Amino acid sequence: MIEVRKLVKRFGLKSVLRGLDFTVQPGEFVALLGPNGAGKTTFLRILASLSRPSLGEVRVAGYFLPKQAAEVRARLGVVSHMPLLYPDLTAEENLRFYARMYGLAEQSARVTEVLEMVGLEKRRSDLVRTFSRGMQQRLAIGRAVIHDPEVMLFDEPYTGLDQDASEMLDEVLKSVAARGRTVVMTSHDLARAEDLATRFDILSRGVIAASTTQAALQDTNLLAYYKQALAD
Amino acid sequence: MTDKKSHPSLLGATLAIVQKDLAAEFRSRELFSAMLVFSLLVIIIFNFALELDIEVRRTVAAGVLWTTFAFAGTLGLNRSMAVEKDRGCMDGLLLAPVDRSAIFFGKAISNLVFMLVVEAIVLPVYAVLYNEMRIFQPAFLGVVLLGSIGYIGVGTLLSTMSVQTRMREVLLPILLFPITIPVLLAAVKASGGLIAGADLSEVMTPVTLLIFYDVVFTALPYMIFDSVVEE
Amino acid sequence: MQSKPIALTILDVVSIVVLGISTYLALVFAPTEAVMGDVQRVFYFHIGTAWVGLLGFVVAAVAGIVYLVTKDLKWDRFEVAAVEVSTMFFFLTIVLGSIWARPAWNTWWTWDPRLTTAAITELIYIAYFMLRQGIDDPEKRARFGAVYTLLGGLSAPITFMVIRLFRTIHPVVIGSQSAEAQGGFSMSSDMKVAFFFALFAFTIIFVDLMWHRIRLGALQEKVEQLKLKMSN
Repeated sequence: MIEVRKLVKRFGLKSVLRGLDFTVQPGEFVALLGPNGAGKTTFLRILASLSRPSLGEVRVAGYFLPKQAAEVRARLGVVSHMPLLYPDLTAEENLRFYARMYGLAEQSARVTEVLEMVGLEKRRSDLVRTFSRGMQQRLAIGRAVIHDPEVMLFDEPYTGLDQDASEMLDEVLKSVAARGRTVVMTSHDLARAEDLATRFDILSRGVIAASTTQAALQDTNLLAYYKQALAD
Repeated sequence: MTDKKSHPSLLGATLAIVQKDLAAEFRSRELFSAMLVFSLLVIIIFNFALELDIEVRRTVAAGVLWTTFAFAGTLGLNRSMAVEKDRGCMDGLLLAPVDRSAIFFGKAISNLVFMLVVEAIVLPVYAVLYNEMRIFQPAFLGVVLLGSIGYIGVGTLLSTMSVQTRMREVLLPILLFPITIPVLLAAVKASGGLIAGADLSEVMTPVTLLIFYDVVFTALPYMIFDSVVEE
Repeated sequence: MQSKPIALTILDVVSIVVLGISTYLALVFAPTEAVMGDVQRVFYFHIGTAWVGLLGFVVAAVAGIVYLVTKDLKWDRFEVAAVEVSTMFFFLTIVLGSIWARPAWNTWWTWDPRLTTAAITELIYIAYFMLRQGIDDPEKRARFGAVYTLLGGLSAPITFMVIRLFRTIHPVVIGSQSAEAQGGFSMSSDMKVAFFFALFAFTIIFVDLMWHRIRLGALQEKVEQLKLKMSN
């Protein structure tokens, strides 16, 4: 579903990604872990078509980036730590706006369906600025799945959420966003990542330094593996 | 996997952005009230700073009005782009499978509407305060429209740039004014002539320059808008 | 560390020589203008610096377009060099013009199209430097810089046309003269020698300065590269 070969991203002279290879099979849930400055966000922005690769080949859902960006964008949903919502519009208006931006047919039905999925149908006519951080993030997930994307990208979705809100978000991520889809997530929260993902890739110094699956991890915990991988 | 996904049309996406901006603004009225109150304050300050008696007023009216519009315009442009930047909404727009020019035209049209609405209130107020009824001739209103289009075209492009820099709001007027001097001066020349009682045919030269500027500075941002939003 | 190319050293020497000759032609060789006297001699350098300013202005806009098409940072260095040289020479033009204007027009400054356009172009350049200052990513800095020089390159000629609608007193020495201009004169053949040599001399100086500035930009980049290598 996602194929990345020899990806290089430079900012001026500084290389952030240095020949990164990365493949995700359909239905996999990959957690991208790594220290600050390892290039996780940069990598995710490239997958999201928001940033151009300097060198290398990137294919998402069968289409090349940046050449076929419009095709990729139509099949891609992104949840980041920012809600990407307009505070002066209601929940419904926000979703309807994005439904139009994705050129969906039968927008009203789809908006209602999505509001129900993220549990906000009772607050549909309330302004987003009155929502709590956790509710905004749930609506942000609704926005990201409005066009029923095949691939989902989560960029630090838990940033700024308290314990309760994070747990609720876990549920929505699992049941709404991730179900039947291919997912790549970056996170600092190893415990949450361990819970959600089926594969763990560790990004360090611009390449994937190590990779393991949930099955292979059985007896060791993720934290130990993570520390070990970064020490190598 | 390769099923055909629908994409919105250029017009559809542009309209979606315009309606979104107008709906949000209609609710909060933040941008609009800031622009309007600011405009009225500027006119009051000009009144006393320039001692606008009848003699002076005729000659400087166009200058006072366009200075007011230009300053109020930067307020609106800054605010309109900050809304997109602050909560990552600009990324939201860029993630949609729409042509980037739809984003430019959508934002430009909303900005233009805000500016025209402010002008539609400021002009009658000015006319009443100074008994300047020549403002209400079609040619004068046409010049106001042409001037606003040119100003907003460049302004939308430059505010998209300035909001991405460290200085943000502060930078916009510094970037925008030297580039929009032609449109402001031509507008002053044309509207000043009309207020003084000239015919449209007598101010055709500045009006032609206005049209020329509008065409160039709507086409150019449209062509290079990609370069200021894509990394 | 690459050493200074011999051709550049030769060009340095040639620049100094032609500047010397041009000074001689302007101050000694050319006949004293009958009405204005010796102050008219400032005209030769005034034209020379104005020509270089204009050249830099055009080169910068073209380099901007080439950068936007190729995305090669080499053209960004070209553009910065042209803008810097142009800024300096337009400033000199304005100062030299003022020295001449004081006796000829009895004022240091007048809101004539040429003067005003030169001043506004300086303001565009200042805005350009402030814009670049505010951006950290070199690639984005280059992109925004190129866009802005392009806007400036189109707007400045229109500014000139618009200000011409307001009256002018600036003389047009070459080409047709407007009836209201003050301080115009017709050139004798010796004056023409000094005039055209000044244009030639300042063109050489322009090329020399551009070369130095571009080389400086390349060296700066090299320093950055070495610093990065050290820190890795």
